[in-house]
Amino acid sequence: MTKKQKRVLYRIITAAAFLAALHFLPLEGPVKAALYLIPYLIIGYDILRKAVLGIIHGEIFDENFLMAVATIGAMLLGEYSEGAAVMLFYQIGELFQAVAVGRSRRNISALMDIRPDYANIQKDNGELEQVDPDEVEPGSVILVRPGEKVPIDGVVLEGVSTLNTSALTGESIPREAGAGDNVISGCVNISGLLKIRTTKHFGESTVSKILDLVENSSMKKARSENFITKFARYYTPAVCYGALALAILPPLSNLFLGSPAAWSIWIERALTFLVISCPCALVISIPLSFFGGIGGASACGILVKGSNYLEALSETKYVVFDKTGTLTKGVFDVTDICPVSEFVGKWGSEREAKEKLLEYAAYAESYSGHPISKSLREAWGKEIEASRVSGVEEIVGHGVTARVDGREVAAGNSKLMEALGLAYMENTGVGTVVHMAVDGVYVGYILISDRVKEQSREAIASLKKTGVKSTVMLTGDSEMVARHVADQLGIDQFKSELLPGDKVEEVEKLLKNKGVKEKLAFVGDGINDAPVLSRADIGIAMGALGSDAAIEAADIVLMDDNPMKISLAIRISRKCIRIVYENIVFALAVKAICLVLGAMGIANMWIAIFADVGVMVLAVLNAIRCLRVRERV
Amino acid sequence: MKKSYKIEVDCAACALKMEEATKKVEGVRDATVSFMTQKMKVEFEEGKEEKDVMEKVVKACKRVESDCEIYVS
Repeated sequence: MTKKQKRVLYRIITAAAFLAALHFLPLEGPVKAALYLIPYLIIGYDILRKAVLGIIHGEIFDENFLMAVATIGAMLLGEYSEGAAVMLFYQIGELFQAVAVGRSRRNISALMDIRPDYANIQKDNGELEQVDPDEVEPGSVILVRPGEKVPIDGVVLEGVSTLNTSALTGESIPREAGAGDNVISGCVNISGLLKIRTTKHFGESTVSKILDLVENSSMKKARSENFITKFARYYTPAVCYGALALAILPPLSNLFLGSPAAWSIWIERALTFLVISCPCALVISIPLSFFGGIGGASACGILVKGSNYLEALSETKYVVFDKTGTLTKGVFDVTDICPVSEFVGKWGSEREAKEKLLEYAAYAESYSGHPISKSLREAWGKEIEASRVSGVEEIVGHGVTARVDGREVAAGNSKLMEALGLAYMENTGVGTVVHMAVDGVYVGYILISDRVKEQSREAIASLKKTGVKSTVMLTGDSEMVARHVADQLGIDQFKSELLPGDKVEEVEKLLKNKGVKEKLAFVGDGINDAPVLSRADIGIAMGALGSDAAIEAADIVLMDDNPMKISLAIRISRKCIRIVYENIVFALAVKAICLVLGAMGIANMWIAIFADVGVMVLAVLNAIRCLRVRERV
Repeated sequence: MKKSYKIEVDCAACALKMEEATKKVEGVRDATVSFMTQKMKVEFEEGKEEKDVMEKVVKACKRVESDCEIYVS
């Protein structure tokens, strides 16, 4: 508790003790009034002050005003203990709310405990100096010791270590980092000393961007939040006039009809009415629910950029995936090597023939930066001796030809083989085929494919279970690859051979055909699909660790690349929205019932206190549930 | 230009009032006050001096919510 909150607590205790003592004293008349005034003022002086200031400043209808009028009215009617108690319970409610909010705020910041406090800079004499990460220029060399957080994005110069990314991703699998690797700020260094050359300013580093995003997320308000704001604007004046009418009209009509006016009864009912009507429960519990939902999601490595996106996510009926890097790993692997059978004998055993084929391919493609060439070199796994290759010629859209160890090697797709006038084997596997010819003779092919992520299938199934109507996959790959992946994963529709621009069109088509209340989410890896991410109702970027573009373009950012997080995010959003509606309905229903009872004179001041403070406490407790995420992936 | 400021405010309704008041200040294009993060984000109109505008914002907020604090600097 803060100092301010403690002071309120002491006031509550004092006033409560005072009231309890007064309850047992046989008091009458002005003495009683004067004595009850003491606890009333102890507990309520600030509310009264604010109410007066509000009237002076023209901000009449707020909860301070409601409370001041209701309690002063009660005191004037001689209901001393009720008047003081209303104020007391109102303060208890306010204190409870402040403490609850403060606690959930701290919880969330603890979950997001990634802000580095300092960076170690090595001085000329070899000593370490701790400086503010803000003061470190890009290109500086910093040291990160075991147990410390990486403060700024950079490249490892020296040292080998494992990094714990769980604060960022919610995953507990550590990452390896060695010389030459990029490291991301916010990770915790576990084992070894790392020397890092920073590549960015602290403000531009991943950790700052993420913190910024989380802190600003409650600024984008959801529809239901805006509803409450508007609602409160009309509601409070409306109940004030309602109470006024209740106090004046029935007695007047009584007079008119010739019966006693019964002013005090109706004024008391009007005051009860005022206490019941205080809108605090709604005004506080709804932003608190969203805040909790967003906080709980960030603890799982799901960053939601605003309450409005959380709300939209809960209505997701269509999920559109980009294939590469989202459902598949986006890393090409050599999955099959098929030498033509007659070469198997000529080049030794089958294994040796395969190795020979791969060696030729790796050498022929040794100058290319294409991902496929890279995967060939990686599969070969040995140093390329540049002197063995000469005369490399890249034929765009076909492949390469080169002289390797004095032999003419051609490596490329079927078009290249056709251009060379060679017959080739039709492959049966799925993926990209690199056909090979040596000295003008076809020798076989190498199959390269993008591996499907282990969790993709389960992720699609769990999306279905959460009520997603249709899953769609968009890809630039060939139809055969797309069909294979779609079948394997159980995806409903796919569109293949799309250029980046076509993806926007496809998403627009889907957007046109869906219902108004149904939302479409697009999941991409943030590379090349920024336009689609922003066009969809909800743009979800995946594997965003280290990709600034994705963090910028998306509405929801998954810190790691586990597709299971999508359905988890939807479940979190559903739970949060359900709690929001529970609170709205519960609070309004209880208030409506109590208002009616109050107007009829059945509900007294004590029920009114429950309708105000009790409902607020229950709503806040319910809202706090949003923070808890039961299932973690 | 947008800037965010740390604030101290006790209740959600008060934060709403501050937001309304800030939006009405001359030189402020838009403003949001988050009770949850205890932050105020102000978007200034072109060519307005931040210091002058914020002075008025603080005044306006103090009027509607005397207990609030805005840390300008």
